[in-house]
Amino acid sequence: MLRINLLGVELRNPTVLASGILGTSKGLLARVANSGAGAVTIKSVSKVERAGHNNPTVITFEAGVMNAVGYSNAGLEKSKKEFSGLKDVNAPVIASIIGTTKEDFAYMAKNFLSNEFAAVEIPLSCPHTPGFGVLAGQNTPEATYEITKAVKNNTRLPVIVKLSPITQAIGEIAKAAEKAGADAINMGNTHGPGMIINIDAKKPVLAFKVGGVSGTAIRPITVRCVYDVYESVKIPIIGTGGVMNGKDAVEMLMAGATAVGVGTAIYYRGIDVFEKICKEMEDWMKKNGYKSVNELVGAAHG
Amino acid sequence: MDEKTELPQIVRIKKIVNENEEMRTFFLDGKIGYNPGQFVMLWIPGVDEKPFSLSYDNPIGITIEKRGKFTENLFNMKVGDKIGIRGPYGNGFKAKSNAVVVAGGCGYAPLATLIERLNNPKVIFGCRTKSRVIFKDRFKKLNPKICTDDGSFGFKGFTSDLLKNVLKEKRFKIVYTCGPEIMMKKIFDICEENKIELQASLERFMKCGFGICGSCACDGMLVCRDGPVFDSAQLRKMKEFGNSAKLKTGEKATLKEYYGWRSE
Repeated sequence: MLRINLLGVELRNPTVLASGILGTSKGLLARVANSGAGAVTIKSVSKVERAGHNNPTVITFEAGVMNAVGYSNAGLEKSKKEFSGLKDVNAPVIASIIGTTKEDFAYMAKNFLSNEFAAVEIPLSCPHTPGFGVLAGQNTPEATYEITKAVKNNTRLPVIVKLSPITQAIGEIAKAAEKAGADAINMGNTHGPGMIINIDAKKPVLAFKVGGVSGTAIRPITVRCVYDVYESVKIPIIGTGGVMNGKDAVEMLMAGATAVGVGTAIYYRGIDVFEKICKEMEDWMKKNGYKSVNELVGAAHG
Repeated sequence: MDEKTELPQIVRIKKIVNENEEMRTFFLDGKIGYNPGQFVMLWIPGVDEKPFSLSYDNPIGITIEKRGKFTENLFNMKVGDKIGIRGPYGNGFKAKSNAVVVAGGCGYAPLATLIERLNNPKVIFGCRTKSRVIFKDRFKKLNPKICTDDGSFGFKGFTSDLLKNVLKEKRFKIVYTCGPEIMMKKIFDICEENKIELQASLERFMKCGFGICGSCACDGMLVCRDGPVFDSAQLRKMKEFGNSAKLKTGEKATLKEYYGWRSE
């Protein structure tokens, strides 16, 4: 019922661990895979190691989560060692690489990626790390085209481009990625950035002051973005943002996603939220006469 | 929509006690439902936020060693100053009778509230030197066995030596431990040899503190959510226990490198 083919890879179900949640070690990826995820994405890796921002880096509010972790990672060399021997992970593993320039991205594609990964995701969309993503203008159609092309020229792996919902022109940006040869779109990264002020301390809580917003608060925005991207490009979409349960996942598929990214939901429902979402999807599909998730993709269109 | 939120509440420091030259207990005017072994995230607005166990729970108190930028900042604070606190997080110790408690250095602090709840536990405490001894009066009635590396107070040697002797005295049901991980690994090995259950409180560098960022992973376990207390069955499967720990970048370093970095 839930099997899909994404980028030439068979996934047992359409759930994907979103990058930035738990994917800091092979051991955790394996655990998430054993908790029912169809595929898992590593935490983004840069050429040089990064400590990221000071704490507080992750907080939650009434409708979701806010983070300004700041792309902490051990850098190319040490991460390459950590993310090897990936047959120990019982699900396809998606790499995630970042850079400050398109040359950086090309270097990472050439030197970090191995054929143990099922695909590579390039986020051009972090809203809270200077030098990367939104704060570096990587989310314009022009930059999206240039960086996607640079990565495509340096790897044989399928390339997923992770977009930011912080734009009026999501269709244009998706088209630029597709034109450059992107194999899929991950729609998308966190929104905002947002801010929470502690009124007794009279200060923003996050150390970086602002952070990307995720969870239920952004689900309608993600759904709308996925809908728009589906109308704009032919390549498959991983809808990421606010999926907490089976019904949310069905909604995301109907908007046009082939798969759903899940991250923040782990805070609310545990690491086995993947199993839970899959069971809930199956229950809904049985009740409504669907035999395969593929029938749901884009069903809300036309 | 879930109403659960992970946001700090601001409390005031109501009393400061010098436990020894390098360690102070900060008593706070807040309330937190707390089980021994859990931890809180302590926030100095504009500086940083770090995990600490409560060493007293009525009123709540945190015993802290001055070590780096964060704790230096804390040591400059006075009674009446504001600080942020969120939690409690993690699992706690499961209290059982007929227990031995093995504390190493600052590890005495997370174990203190457990000791108060146990029925006449055997307490072993080791630290580097006389000036680092804490809670002498607090646990005097339990007649703890104390050792120092340099022999300047109590027995000269390590907690592992004292534990070996204590386990010969009679059949205990459980050992609890907290302290430098190299020490806890030795305690674990002794417990395995003697076929006695162990509960150890681990620590790792943390960011979120509630199980989603992956910073505190030890093998596939999250110290903030699956721990910080782990039992023998779990520790047997954790290859990184006693061997390596992740730095702020996520790099897996040796324990020596990790502790060196944590002291900066």
